[in-house]
Amino acid sequence: MGHRSETIRHRGLTSVSGHLAERNNIARRHSGTVVRQGLLGLLLVVACCGLAQGQTSQPSDTSAVTNPIIAQLPAPNPPTHVRGSDAPNDNGGAIVVAWDKSPDDGAGINNVASYLILRGPAPSGPFDTVGAAAAGQTSFTDATVHEGESYFYIVSSVTLAPVPGGAPQPIYTQSDPSPSVQGRAQWFHMGRLNALIAVIILCSAILYFINAARSGKPVYIRKIGGLEAVDEAVGRATEMGKKIFYIPGTQDMDEVQTLAGITILGRVAKIAADYEARLEVPVSRSLVMVTCREVVKEAYLKAGRPDAYREENIYYLTDDQFGFAAGIDGLVMRDKPATMFYMGAFYAESLILAETGNSIGAIQIAGTAMPAQLPFFVAACDYTLIGEELFAASAYLSKEPKLLGSLKGQDVGKGIILATIIIGIIVTSIGALSLKTNDPARLGQYNIGRLFEVQ
Amino acid sequence: MRREIPTFIALFVGVICIVQFFIPHRPFGTLVDTFSDWFGILQAFAIWLGALNLLRVSLERSVAKKSHDRWYGIVVILAFLLITITGLFFSGGRGFQLAGTRFDYLYVNIYTPLSSTMFAILAFFVASASYRAFRARSWEATLLLLAAFLVMLGRVPVGDTLTGFFPDGYRLSDVASWIMTYPQVAGQRAIMIGIALGVASASLRLILGLERSYLGGE
Amino acid sequence: MPPTEPTMTRAPFLERMMRIDRRVIFLFIGVALIFPLFFDISQKLPVSREVQMAADALEAVPDGALVLFSCDYDPPSAPELQPMAVTALKVGLRKKWRMVIIGLWPQGPQQANMALRTALEDEQFKDLRLTEGVDYVNLGFQSGNEAVIQKMGSDIPTTFPRDYRGIPVGDIPLMRGIKNLGNFDFVVNISAGYPGTREWVQFGVDRFGVRMISGSTAVQTTEMFPYIGRQLAGLVGGMRGAAELEQLTETPGRALKFMVGQSVAHVIVILFIVIGNAAYFATRKGKKGN
Repeated sequence: MGHRSETIRHRGLTSVSGHLAERNNIARRHSGTVVRQGLLGLLLVVACCGLAQGQTSQPSDTSAVTNPIIAQLPAPNPPTHVRGSDAPNDNGGAIVVAWDKSPDDGAGINNVASYLILRGPAPSGPFDTVGAAAAGQTSFTDATVHEGESYFYIVSSVTLAPVPGGAPQPIYTQSDPSPSVQGRAQWFHMGRLNALIAVIILCSAILYFINAARSGKPVYIRKIGGLEAVDEAVGRATEMGKKIFYIPGTQDMDEVQTLAGITILGRVAKIAADYEARLEVPVSRSLVMVTCREVVKEAYLKAGRPDAYREENIYYLTDDQFGFAAGIDGLVMRDKPATMFYMGAFYAESLILAETGNSIGAIQIAGTAMPAQLPFFVAACDYTLIGEELFAASAYLSKEPKLLGSLKGQDVGKGIILATIIIGIIVTSIGALSLKTNDPARLGQYNIGRLFEVQ
Repeated sequence: MRREIPTFIALFVGVICIVQFFIPHRPFGTLVDTFSDWFGILQAFAIWLGALNLLRVSLERSVAKKSHDRWYGIVVILAFLLITITGLFFSGGRGFQLAGTRFDYLYVNIYTPLSSTMFAILAFFVASASYRAFRARSWEATLLLLAAFLVMLGRVPVGDTLTGFFPDGYRLSDVASWIMTYPQVAGQRAIMIGIALGVASASLRLILGLERSYLGGE
Repeated sequence: MPPTEPTMTRAPFLERMMRIDRRVIFLFIGVALIFPLFFDISQKLPVSREVQMAADALEAVPDGALVLFSCDYDPPSAPELQPMAVTALKVGLRKKWRMVIIGLWPQGPQQANMALRTALEDEQFKDLRLTEGVDYVNLGFQSGNEAVIQKMGSDIPTTFPRDYRGIPVGDIPLMRGIKNLGNFDFVVNISAGYPGTREWVQFGVDRFGVRMISGSTAVQTTEMFPYIGRQLAGLVGGMRGAAELEQLTETPGRALKFMVGQSVAHVIVILFIVIGNAAYFATRKGKKGN
């Protein structure tokens, strides 16, 4: 976006075409009369300075107006062929304004420094400033329009005139108004067509394999160490007579990792109920607490141990990240649980929790889809579910065909992406090797990654 | 009905959220913002559930004579009351969080140092975790150890001091930058692709109601 | 013969080196971090590419420009991020930028105010008198995460109707004429997590074309590398990045001071890893020999 000269604001009306408003409030005070260079403009500016009402608290500085250097400088040529068009792939709230550059753009004594874009409801105005563009640019997107309303645009060239002993003063020249243009909403975002195709392929693969699994086709899933160890971890807590701590992440119910963690909690709670182990679930979000209580209660019911369920074992600590970490650490150091589960979304508190658990000798199983936290869990925990393994855990533990089938469909998606990456590497390498240039613009034409850009 | 209604709501909202990504036209374009606002309102009211639960649990702990958490429960209740009463009644009303108020004093002099301290503990834990985890037990562990060495030394001036005699572009800081820019980014992207697919699959199961254990059932 | 008492034998030295008590490690790290603070040790840092880009991008922003500071962090990450916020603000004060401060985290605006106070304490600004509302404004925190950035893309006064002091935005001279993100010449984002740099890249840069640099914690810097040069004009990562930025902009501060401690701490960690591995290999060799 272009840099805009802001000194005009502090000095009130000082430009030759002074009725141009670079601020909306000034535009409302001065009905948008278009002023051009020459004595007429000068006289009008002087008159308007005198008539200016309710301006900003800064006094109107007429020194630039009466400054003979400013008065003698010719105003820049305006841009031409200003036209507007509906911005594509939106809800009708944006219009793209385009123009042909001023002949003075990049040339001459009145070299254009920037362009000012104004919008009005009629060719005669009133016009308000909606944005600015740097010199050399020929378009601007106005994202503040209302769908269906007609607008007219004016683009103004802005030159900065030197003032001896003072800051440069902007001089404006307006173009003719553009034809009427309206913003229209589109029913489909064409820039996301590739995403739609990918979603259809992936969903079709998942649904196909879910159906195939339901019809009895065996589904092979590789062993995941962390999930194989769940039984052992719960059994250890039972033997030692100590607690199990389960932490379903530190985010709320709108995070899919939290849902994955809660799903696994249901399975772990059932195993804990079967083994008669004590399970505690400290949480960081109120809605998560409510959901976890339902899930654990149901698990104990299914295990035939409703009497063993204790609502107070699932409790809220705090939303605050490090307050939660401090609370958990304190509980861990005092209660010394035998087993710790960390399943969900974690941030910086991950290592604090895991190291504290490690210091008391607990067996720790972690699972998260936060790439930045995975190294900490891998270093401090006995088993770690990495990324997608967290989402596969529920299917893995339940062994339900319909859930296992979805994992297969996911693998198809991964296979397609892998193949695409390999093809892309080969094509890009061939393209780069065959070109006798290092020009990035030419190299870019071999970038098939453009096919996969989603706007 | 207890599970059917939430499942239907999940299906309806999930489908709308997917559809609105492709259809900018009213009303789809703004629906996700509306749903987000609704969820924000739910979250705001739900805070009371958690706060009241915390107070209840802390109260039970503080009155239970044999509980080893007794004093922690008392501290929680006192701190809760201190912050709430100070913020509501002794900090200039609406501008309670402006500099100079009593609430701001508690924030700057109690909450800020406590939070920073918890975060600072990470420095010590990283050291102890590194000492324990970076053992060359296998060739993958050796690779990890080597990468950790090079990056840790390369990120501090000591690394360049040790390799100052190497030509420009081949010193430890350059090697560390190379590791961070290429192999590390490649590994991260691979994990992120897997995660994205996992999220898509998990979300589809939730939307279609195949996964309903978060509702308290199979 | 009476039964003999079992004798306590200490584990061999090598096995003890493999299982050093973590408290010993904590002690060494503590000393490594605290000790340099008592000495005025300076070190010249080699500058990384991404921080050089960030410094160049800051210097390229013209004097008097309108710059948005999005302070998306809280006190726990302040030790890493506050120095870079202070440095960026010092550059802004020097270049007389008109600064608009917002926060996507609740404590962000408060941290920004503290950073500004610290920046103004610098000797070079002792005669500078800033007027809030004219030279800078703090619009405060707004909930909504990435939705806030999206709304700012079209209408900032509606998204932030009042500033941090409660004054309506229409009454603030600096905010007059600012409609949306397109009005800003540059954005400086200091981020500790979510919402933060990634959301700014997705919504601010990709949708509304803002030009920005980011300062982030060391742990999430690695995730931002793919954006450098395309969506991000530069990246300042962790304490090291903050120290490099201070060095490049010639505004020495806390980051440069703390880097000495970090350097020593890294060396201590590496020494312990070496000791652990040496003991491990020696023990394994001993067992094989037996």
